[in-house]
Amino acid sequence: MSNIKVLLNGIVKENPTFVLLLGMCPTLGTTSSAINGMSMGLATMAVLICSNVVISAIKNLIPDAVRIPSFIVVIASFVTALQMLMQAFVPDIYATLGLFIPLIVVNCIILGRAEAFASKNGVVASAFDGIGMGLGFTIALTILGAVRELLGSGRVFNFEVYPEDYGMLMFVLAPGAFIVLGYLLAIFNKVKE
Amino acid sequence: MTNMALVLTLISVIAGGALAAVNEITKEPIKEINQRNLNDGIKRVILGSAEGELAVQEPWQADETTFIYATDKGTAVQTSVNGFGGEMQVLVGFDEEGTIKGYTILKTAETPGLGVKADTWFQEGGKGCIIGKNPSSANLTVSKDGGEVDAITASTITSRAFLRAVQQAYDAFKGCDANSGASPQQH
Repeated sequence: MSNIKVLLNGIVKENPTFVLLLGMCPTLGTTSSAINGMSMGLATMAVLICSNVVISAIKNLIPDAVRIPSFIVVIASFVTALQMLMQAFVPDIYATLGLFIPLIVVNCIILGRAEAFASKNGVVASAFDGIGMGLGFTIALTILGAVRELLGSGRVFNFEVYPEDYGMLMFVLAPGAFIVLGYLLAIFNKVKE
Repeated sequence: MTNMALVLTLISVIAGGALAAVNEITKEPIKEINQRNLNDGIKRVILGSAEGELAVQEPWQADETTFIYATDKGTAVQTSVNGFGGEMQVLVGFDEEGTIKGYTILKTAETPGLGVKADTWFQEGGKGCIIGKNPSSANLTVSKDGGEVDAITASTITSRAFLRAVQQAYDAFKGCDANSGASPQQH
């Protein structure tokens, strides 16, 4: 499989949110607005690329029996390091993104890709898989966030489309997340066919 | 076959070492940023949008998480409560009467899109404005609890926690006034 194909695979064919249905917890939890969804997607992508690269590089050293714990240690270290580095050197971004970062550890997309792709493929292909999956996740979360924000508070990326008073608050809350996700899944899979 | 315990130990040790190194590098900048945020916060809650310099005195610690910063134009109190998602650190500015001049949230772990709105909700012009109110005369609890502050839509727990922090800050401010003589200067 060429690297471009790996990239597109993550965005469309095996989109982590719309096709694999992985990482539903951050997907539902953080998409109350477009910017939140996008932030979570980008932060996840950063960790996903790093962890994919490292795991594919050390895959031959790790015995099968301790595969999962090793992956988790690697992922958790990257998340923690990322959090500290952002806090120290890009405090403005950290102020908006900081809340989401610890959530990345429990995102099963990262462990899922480590297990399904990085532990079987080379470093470069794994990096592309990280970028593709990360972009797929970011796009999905941004769309979900934008739709919820539009229906719930009348804005998209904080630009007012219609007055907030007419918004349906439900779409900002958990039930709205499930409903919007369901419709987006249906649309995405219909279009993909 | 490689020894699995050995490999896992090795990975953990390397990861731990790397994290310790990152922590060492980032410790100082993070501390500086927190200090700067605090200084900016004190200015903002006392002066509002007005420009000017503040003479901030040495902080006075009221309890484990509450610090009082007396200045020449009012007093800022930093305190922390448990919100919906974890610790919430709030800085509240009072004038000498105890009227709230401003507040800012230094640290929050509230729900994105809901509870984090506390940052603007209770400000001047916000729906639950508390600026200019005095906790001794106004009942600063959410309307659901019989108070006079509108809670953040769908974030009652965050709102309660925030108002508890304000009350805590006010109590510390009053306590400091009575006990230590470190009262805000009159002018």
